Amino acid sequence: MQTNRQFTRVLDIIEEYDRDPDKLIPILQKVQAEYRYLPEEIMTLIATSLGISPAKVYGVATFYSHFTLKPKGKYLIRICDGTACHVKRSTDLLDAMRERLGLIGGKNTTADMLFTIETVSCLGACGLAPVITINDEVHGLMTPAKAVAVIDEIMAEEAAQDAKAV
Amino acid sequence: MPRQCELTAIQETYETNIRNIDKRIVICAGTGCVANGSLKVHDRFVEILKERGVNAVVELKKEADGVLVSKSGCQGFCQMGPLVTILPRGILYTRVRQDDVAEIIDASILGDTVVDRLVYKRTDDGTSCPTTEEIPFYRRQSRFVLRRCGQIDPESLPEYISIGGYRAAQKAVTKDGKLICEEMMRSGLRGRGGGGFLTGRKWEFARVQPPGKKYIICNGDEGDPGAFMDRSLMEGNPHSVIEGMLIAALAIGADEGYVYVRAEYPLAVQRMRKAVRDAREMGILGQEIFGTNKAFDITVMEGAGAFVCGEETALIASIEGKRGMPTPKPPFPAVKGLFGKPTIINNVETLSTVPLIFSEGIERFQAMGTEDSSGTKTFALTGHVANTGLIEVPFGTTLRQIVNDIAGGVMEDDGTLSGTDFKAVQIGGPSGGMLTQEMLDLPLDFDSLKSVEAMVGSGGLVVMNHGTCMVGMARYFMQFIQNESCGKCVVCREGTKQMLALLDDIIEGRATGETLPLLEELAWTVKKGSLCNLGKTAPNPVLSSLKYFRDEYAAHVEKKTCPAGRCAALSTYRVVADKCKGCGLCARKCPVGAISGEKAKPYTIDAEECIKCGACIDSCKFGAIVR
Repeated sequence: MQTNRQFTRVLDIIEEYDRDPDKLIPILQKVQAEYRYLPEEIMTLIATSLGISPAKVYGVATFYSHFTLKPKGKYLIRICDGTACHVKRSTDLLDAMRERLGLIGGKNTTADMLFTIETVSCLGACGLAPVITINDEVHGLMTPAKAVAVIDEIMAEEAAQDAKAV
Repeated sequence: MPRQCELTAIQETYETNIRNIDKRIVICAGTGCVANGSLKVHDRFVEILKERGVNAVVELKKEADGVLVSKSGCQGFCQMGPLVTILPRGILYTRVRQDDVAEIIDASILGDTVVDRLVYKRTDDGTSCPTTEEIPFYRRQSRFVLRRCGQIDPESLPEYISIGGYRAAQKAVTKDGKLICEEMMRSGLRGRGGGGFLTGRKWEFARVQPPGKKYIICNGDEGDPGAFMDRSLMEGNPHSVIEGMLIAALAIGADEGYVYVRAEYPLAVQRMRKAVRDAREMGILGQEIFGTNKAFDITVMEGAGAFVCGEETALIASIEGKRGMPTPKPPFPAVKGLFGKPTIINNVETLSTVPLIFSEGIERFQAMGTEDSSGTKTFALTGHVANTGLIEVPFGTTLRQIVNDIAGGVMEDDGTLSGTDFKAVQIGGPSGGMLTQEMLDLPLDFDSLKSVEAMVGSGGLVVMNHGTCMVGMARYFMQFIQNESCGKCVVCREGTKQMLALLDDIIEGRATGETLPLLEELAWTVKKGSLCNLGKTAPNPVLSSLKYFRDEYAAHVEKKTCPAGRCAALSTYRVVADKCKGCGLCARKCPVGAISGEKAKPYTIDAEECIKCGACIDSCKFGAIVR
């Protein structure tokens, strides 16, 4: 039943854009906002509804960095690696946060699906470099210690909520 | 013309509404200040004003009485945020916290004094600067396009109209498109997005195309790392961008427009959307603009994260729902663009300048800047300087004036200030080049920069101190371009990858005598053979750093040392005997057994065995290992 309901929402979004293949990007954006990622079967559904090939949808979805084919964590941490942040050592932030979250190798999302870490080329808040965002909330003038503290805070909050739920 | 009077009517209503307001608190709500908690400060102002029995006017309505509390767009001085301005005196409070609000209200709203501890202090002698006119960062600028950002409420259409907004567009409705293009050409306005092409000439190309469907696109896909001018304009004065688009549409005969905004700028998207909605409701956009039979409407589209979409033809592909890959020019978009129709693509800052040229006069615009680069340019000033932020100066301003007077001098890694003693200034992002000490007095304009193989680009200005490794910077930009290369043409896709590999060789100590010539040759190949401007300009950071900092490259290649001490692989690790307690922890942590010694005596590192992983530095509690 749940699957049906999910598909209905996708179809609503496609209708909203008049089944116009030119509007593929806004459609994918809306669908991703709904699901937090682009599941394969839904991309196929979009392709069929718009009368274009699934390969085209896949091509667009993989071209733009904002689309993701894998689910992301509840907290999306973006580390700005724009020029201003880079010269102020944003890579140190990345290293510190990855270490705190135990992310090794190519992994970007924690096993408990709580955190995803990615770097972005510029958030446009260069005056506050180095900058990170957590679910679009901007944290400026960061240091590795501060960045780890923010993660600890979220983890503590989550743990407290879990304890309550139990 | 019934609509003609309407702008005046809106202005009159606005003026009546604001008549009884004697003081106004403007809180900066640009991305930087919001990050520092300015929205909470805003709410606190409203709260405390109420506590003090003062009517806090948040939304200007009929005959409002009390103190107006409004939000503004980015005021540029992001580092000192949250910024709070008290009008009409123009007192600027910096780094305002919620706890400071009561004190500010008592002193500057209820009384007429200044809270000295919250005003800006000069970096040189510590003098207090209560108003923006006294702060060197602002005083040395010429804010023309940015003037209204940080003053007006970006979400209020009536306020934009009350400062003379949409008058230029209204006049343009009755003008002949040819005349508008001619006036634009005469003003000498050149595209602020990079190339510096004459805006009027570009419009004329599209205007002379046969009548029919035409489009105007506002390029707000500001992808250059280290640049945020367009973001600030869209957030701080969205109606000026819309008015510019409207004038452009009237000039070429377009009835549809798109604003393409980077997805990383959620606030800009939100404000642009609201501005478009408000303008439509007022009859400024839509089927019958200003009550005439002309139509123009705008769609705000969010990008999906691809730097290459800043390139005109790639941006068009993206709006059409395709992968954002560029196509060869010609045909130029002005002839065959979006959905195959004549299309004009202008940058945000360019469009925002357009209404000002008409409202303030071509002569006043030309009086600023140089002969061939008229007007002003906004720059995102960042890096190792005392004051970072968004600035605007006339074209022709020198680097010395910017770094010394506005930025307040170069900041060393230890926090000391050293005047104009920078190592390099990177201008124009990944497409631009390096400026050096020798160019301190070079006037910054389109042609002078071109003569030293740099470009205005979109206007990122990153100042770097002597602790920066130039090879490392070149590698940084190459990595960026490599990630963003769309993959369509081989020279860019493969060339940038190989250039990156060569730079890695240099940084990691594998370079030979052949590396630099090969890197240079490849750079020229990519420059000459790429399809679009992303590829054509991609080698610029490498070429320009090679030109001015060849010694530094040579040191990496021949001596295997990094003069700035930044490249980890080229540094040698050693134990400082005085500090070492001989605990042996580093020896246990070393993955290759390169550290040896006796308990309680200084240990030593075998440079031959060492793989420079840094595990020992991290493990040492006494800071006894250095590189």
